[in-house]
Amino acid sequence: MELKLRGVTKRFGSLVANDHIDLDVAAGEIHALLGENGAGKTTLMNVLYGLTQPDEGEIEVDGRRVRFRSPKDAIDAGIGMVHQHFMLVPVFTVAENVVLGREPTKPFGLLDRRRARGEVQDLSNRYGLSIDPDAYVEHLPVGVQQRVEIVKALIRQANVLILDEPTAVLTPNETQELFRIMRELKASGRSILFISHKLKEVQAVADTVTVLRRGRVVGSPPPSATDAELATLMVGRDVELRVHKEPAEPGDVVLVVDGLVVRDETGRIAVDGVSLEVRAGEILGVAGVQGNGQTELCKALMGLLPVDRGMVAVGGRDLTRASTRAVLGAGVSYIPEDRQEDGLVESFSVAENLVLDVYDRRPFSSGISLRPDRVRDAARTSMAEFDIRAGSIEVPAKTLSGGNQQKLIVARELSRETRVLLANQPTRGLDVGSIEFVHRRIVANRDAGSAVVIVSSELDEIYALSDRIAVMYEGKIVGVVPPTTPATELGLLMAGATSTRGEEGLPGEEGLPGEEVSEVQPA
Amino acid sequence: MTVASASVVAARRTITVERRVVIGGLLVVLGLLDALVFGYLSPPGHAVFSFTLTGAAVSVPNLSVTPRPVCVALGALSCVIGAGYVGFRLSRIARRVAAGVCVAALAVAFLCWADAGRIPLPFTSLLSTTVDSAIPLMLGALSGCLCERSGVINVAIEGQLLTGAFGAAVVASAFGSIWLGLLAGPLCGVLIAALLGLFALRYRVDQIVLGIVLDLFASGITAYLYDAALVPFANRLNSPATFGAYKIPLLGDIPIVGPVLFDSTIFLYITYVAIFAVQVGLFSTRWGLRVRSVGEHPTAADTVGINVNATRWRNVLLGGAVAGIGGAYLTIGSVGAFGKTMSSGLGFIALAAMIFGRWTPLGGVAAALLFGFMTALSGVLGTINSPIPSDVLLMFPYVATIVAVAGLVGRGRPPKADGQPYIKT
Ligand SMILES: Nc1ncnc2c1ncn2[C@@H]1O[C@H](COP(=O)(O)OP(=O)(O)OP(=O)(O)O)[C@@H](O)[C@H]1O
Ligand SMILES: [Mg+2]
Repeated sequence: MELKLRGVTKRFGSLVANDHIDLDVAAGEIHALLGENGAGKTTLMNVLYGLTQPDEGEIEVDGRRVRFRSPKDAIDAGIGMVHQHFMLVPVFTVAENVVLGREPTKPFGLLDRRRARGEVQDLSNRYGLSIDPDAYVEHLPVGVQQRVEIVKALIRQANVLILDEPTAVLTPNETQELFRIMRELKASGRSILFISHKLKEVQAVADTVTVLRRGRVVGSPPPSATDAELATLMVGRDVELRVHKEPAEPGDVVLVVDGLVVRDETGRIAVDGVSLEVRAGEILGVAGVQGNGQTELCKALMGLLPVDRGMVAVGGRDLTRASTRAVLGAGVSYIPEDRQEDGLVESFSVAENLVLDVYDRRPFSSGISLRPDRVRDAARTSMAEFDIRAGSIEVPAKTLSGGNQQKLIVARELSRETRVLLANQPTRGLDVGSIEFVHRRIVANRDAGSAVVIVSSELDEIYALSDRIAVMYEGKIVGVVPPTTPATELGLLMAGATSTRGEEGLPGEEGLPGEEVSEVQPA
Repeated sequence: MTVASASVVAARRTITVERRVVIGGLLVVLGLLDALVFGYLSPPGHAVFSFTLTGAAVSVPNLSVTPRPVCVALGALSCVIGAGYVGFRLSRIARRVAAGVCVAALAVAFLCWADAGRIPLPFTSLLSTTVDSAIPLMLGALSGCLCERSGVINVAIEGQLLTGAFGAAVVASAFGSIWLGLLAGPLCGVLIAALLGLFALRYRVDQIVLGIVLDLFASGITAYLYDAALVPFANRLNSPATFGAYKIPLLGDIPIVGPVLFDSTIFLYITYVAIFAVQVGLFSTRWGLRVRSVGEHPTAADTVGINVNATRWRNVLLGGAVAGIGGAYLTIGSVGAFGKTMSSGLGFIALAAMIFGRWTPLGGVAAALLFGFMTALSGVLGTINSPIPSDVLLMFPYVATIVAVAGLVGRGRPPKADGQPYIKT
């Protein structure tokens, strides 16, 4: 199936999200869309999937003009989309999710579960997706959930598959698996529209690349172009892909975590006896495959999850059972993993979101009244400084592109004085230019004397920032290693292998944790 | 299998182990209650159960037991079951049966203790009253299921019962036809449901507040019409005939079971059909799959072409009809004439039953029967001169619901989007 977009334009008020975009997708190609945050990639895909109506322009499928008033029209025309936030019912089985809306039935409208299962199994076998039609979606890791979404599109005979930042939530292995599936689909004549901020991925799978900037097509470089070339085209300036940083000069111990045990919302032990010490002026990277307790660790430190056992202290003050407000008051800044759940009040304006945790302090309030003028001034400064692209400071945060929502949170957390910076996946969904910027700010924060903890499942990010790396696996710290450790060794640790080095780095019961940790610090 | 999925599976296992210990332990506690409290505290004398209702075709002799050994035996049984619950990984059905047996054992032990040394306890009539008083509860719970599974909270069951009762009585009386009354009940329920739908789905009013407002509205308007029309014209408007019992041939003659389950008014048979239809409909049909998807994840349903609000509307109206039938039972199925606020909180107990039954039709029905049993029991204890105040028993549904909602016996999980209006972006 051939797809042509001609002059597609979409405006939101004065903001032109898509500005006369032309795009050709040939049958059997993987077409990558690159572009900085807010460039208009998601908007364009929403237009193509019938979720958003364009103001101008037209779509042609196999030479015929079409109009998509709803996703149903797009589905009928053979277009499928895997949304960044999956559209799966967690309590349904895989088969139920896949057939929903086009269920095979027996007389009296009874579900034909056998046939549903068979159809899923067939597709799964044909493309080597290895999914179990009877598994409940809520029990599946995100990588598998994504494959379920793909099957959902395939069973509706999608010839064009849209994948909007599909790799943002995947582990490296899951990403490789996804690429294999994408190639398989391509071989069967389907086209794929692939959005990613990771240049390496684009180079690895794309046949064609289109770069958007500020709502316009700015070029179609060959996928063989170098990182630097792609980055420059996206951002419009040269980008330093790896931030420069001086060796750390660790000061006093600021953050102490001792024997922390935390249960997740379902009551399972998610953090199992974690002990850490972080000094002022150093960055501790917490590496690990997602879902090994990193998120619960962060939430417990912030007072968002109750602590079962153990102790947390900042600057000598016990904060183990303190409220979140008290933790913030002690000078802890927090960049949460799930920006929409925990990081933003989506219906509040950009300006309001920027002062969410300082609104009750000078200069934003005096006495009991808020000072909106100060809030607005500060918001304008932050917007400019952090390059947050939004219509204005008054628009609700939910209308920002994913990456710009992330920048908003980073801006808020880095704009105040901090003793401890706790960041969980701080650059998820950011473009290369913004990653560079955020990384530089985090390093600057360290150099200003904060104790920094970066949780990330991106090894690149861990290596780029960390002065020490702690590896988390099944709720435990299985090793604390220097950033000179080769990636293969780190990978093994992340998969649960305990290295001798890891054991040494693990703070023991008997001694002071900090001392032993410093033994494996780089010279 | 990836690391993450392995840990997810492991996580599930630990949860079940903990749940097993808690619930198994609870069953053992019930067993100890049977044996130690009811067994050893039983006053001397026999407990006698009578099973035969007057006019029954087959008569069953009375059963006379010595409470203490019976209670101890029942307690031992519960303890063994509880231990088995902890020790073995039982299937879901086996777990239900285990819990059911222990609860039944507790009930029997209680009856032995209560009746020891007193006049015979009419067991069959106790059960038959249980089922009868559970009819509006079961229908109300089914109504709740229908609404909440599609994502609309229905606190207006009480109001639907009340208007259903009113409409059925008035129409049956005015037109001299109980069958028209049977039609009017659900129609009145639908009327309240339509208001629920209008404000909840169209104007996105908070659904709990809305439900309570509708209950008050229903109680106010029926009370007003009662005073204004039904009292002065009681003969014409409020003297409906009632449905008599219809005994199903053969089945109705089975001792004990027959009179309880197969010799009742049409309302019980309608209830059977409704239970079957809602259970199978929700969990085995295309309609049910779509309804549940709308209640769990409306955006996902929308992206595959399911009309979220239309689905919710349909279910809200259907739920209103089902509750309306339950209301009709209150008048033309039992006492006949309508009385002010005659639903007296049954709608809320039905809601509690639905929650206690974890938003499933069968669970709700089981809970409704349990609550119905408490009501019936409080009556029977009065007739045998038991010293237990009946009001204490009538508190039971509420206590049970708080226990259930607080998650002490495994947390029920409401539909994810329950009560949240769907706004298309
Ligand atoms: N509903 C909306 N109302 C107002 N503005 C919107 C709306 N949706 C998107 N925008 C704006 O349109 C622009 C493009 O957003 P879009 O989500 O397409 O970016 P993107 O390229 O997907 O970025 P990212 O990589 O960060 O996801 C952004 O500036 C965003 O603020
Ligand atoms: Mg986007």
